Amino acid sequence: MTLTTVIFYIFAAILIVSALRVITAKNPVHAALSLVLSFFTGAVLWMLIEAEFLAISLVLVYVGAVMVLFLFVVMMLDINFEELRKGFWGFFPVAAIVATIMAAEMVLILLAKGNGLESFTTVAPLPEGVSNIKQLGIPIYTDYLLAFELAAVLLLVAIIAAISLTLRRRKNTKYINPADQIAVKRNDRLRIVKMQAEVEVPEAPAAADDKPAA
Amino acid sequence: MIDALHNGFLSLLGPMLGTLAWTLFKIVLIILPVFGAVAYLTLAERKVIGYMQIRIGPNRVGPYGLLQPIADGVKLLLKEIISPSAASTGLFFFAPIMVLAPALVGWAVIPFAPGLVLADVNAGLLYVMAITSLGVYGIIVAGWASNSKYAFLGALRASAQVISYELAMGFALVGVLMVSSSLNLSDIVNQQGHGHFGGSFMSWNFIPLFPLFLVYLISGVAETNRAPFDVAEGESEIVAGHMIEYSGMSFALFFLGEYANMWLIGAMTSIMFLGGWLSPFPASIPVLGAPSIFWLLAKMSFVMFLFLWFRATFPRYRYDQLMRLGWKVFIPVTLIWIVVVAAWMQTDYSLWK
Repeated sequence: MTLTTVIFYIFAAILIVSALRVITAKNPVHAALSLVLSFFTGAVLWMLIEAEFLAISLVLVYVGAVMVLFLFVVMMLDINFEELRKGFWGFFPVAAIVATIMAAEMVLILLAKGNGLESFTTVAPLPEGVSNIKQLGIPIYTDYLLAFELAAVLLLVAIIAAISLTLRRRKNTKYINPADQIAVKRNDRLRIVKMQAEVEVPEAPAAADDKPAA
Repeated sequence: MIDALHNGFLSLLGPMLGTLAWTLFKIVLIILPVFGAVAYLTLAERKVIGYMQIRIGPNRVGPYGLLQPIADGVKLLLKEIISPSAASTGLFFFAPIMVLAPALVGWAVIPFAPGLVLADVNAGLLYVMAITSLGVYGIIVAGWASNSKYAFLGALRASAQVISYELAMGFALVGVLMVSSSLNLSDIVNQQGHGHFGGSFMSWNFIPLFPLFLVYLISGVAETNRAPFDVAEGESEIVAGHMIEYSGMSFALFFLGEYANMWLIGAMTSIMFLGGWLSPFPASIPVLGAPSIFWLLAKMSFVMFLFLWFRATFPRYRYDQLMRLGWKVFIPVTLIWIVVVAAWMQTDYSLWK
């Protein structure tokens, strides 16, 4: 047993346990954190089969950005989870049947003769100095350029649509435009008034300055 | 000597355990100096800010206050760790670890000198980006598990801020990736060693990529939640943000994580824009011209000094201005400069052929 195999079994065990925790955890925040853990462990398993670009982008995109926002939302939800859990045993038989059928189908496919799985032996390791990322990048930007650009435009449209659908301008907001703030000149804020430094007081009657009244 | 040590491990423990022990040994060789640097960065921060404010700074423990970090560490170790009664205990104590661990894991791919790197992986740049984006979980989990309003507000602010500035940081890295045509950090440094100006500091990335350098540096300050972008802590508004309920060593772990992250950002800035281990002098000068780890350490220390200088100089950003800076200033600047560099590379005036 090599070190890689040991690492594989350790991380596979973590992946299964954390995936189970996603659906069994009572607290939704715990479930979301378990999902983060299972994404991360999945990325490690991908790394073991030398798919480092996919592994790192899984961590970067899903763990680093998507799940952070997801957690953000889950933490602020105010849901009565006892209420949600009420119908659990009512739905359990149907769910169990569906799960059993799915598991049986997968086992049947894997056990079937002639499914061609024998030809998928271990992947030959890439020669020294060949980068997995370069090998992905070249087909994406040559053969599949159109599909790639279309997907990018589609995502951009989706972003703009989501923002424009949810953006509402509030009337009582105290928004300040920083450009206006910077562009302010002295004369907009300050008016210098010319006035004399001393005001001439009319002369007091001469009799008063002889002696103070005793 | 290094080979002899490696072979010694292999012959003593066999190929599997020997490799494991050798790797662990190298990890310890990186982690220990990082912890030392973190401890003395806290002292440097207090000293530098002290002198900038015409004070002396800590000077009681040891000569010139040099033992102050150790005294601080012992104090934090001996303090009681308090857990709020309504906290989610497991996650509450897990959160500081989640902050510290990514800050240490990132060092795995940092090359300190030619060949002096734990894992010389091809996707080093992406790896560091992915790992640094994990640090925000510690802050979010700390905010949620503390079951405190201030902590939760701090966590929300931190997560929004880190996600926003990560985009600008990622775009800045795309520029570096384009000119060096590699994601390997050693290759990125080596690429800066030649070019039109023959390996002096004029050929480093920070001159042709100056806007990206600035964006990366400032986003780095925001990413580590340092002043003037420390709205997540904001002690005058939300007391200490996500750290409010922590005490003793669990608080110290947040502190260690923050400073280890600062060093990591300093190392990444030095490697990607300031030529890593390359010397700023031409190679004809005998000692100063040779590339060495000391140049990298000097550059990292300079970036750290900038971090401290920022903190002593600027007032804290308001939250909406911070978001505006990230989304409306940095991202357009990086996008435009990436297009400019891409066009530049296609012309005859390209510096990177």
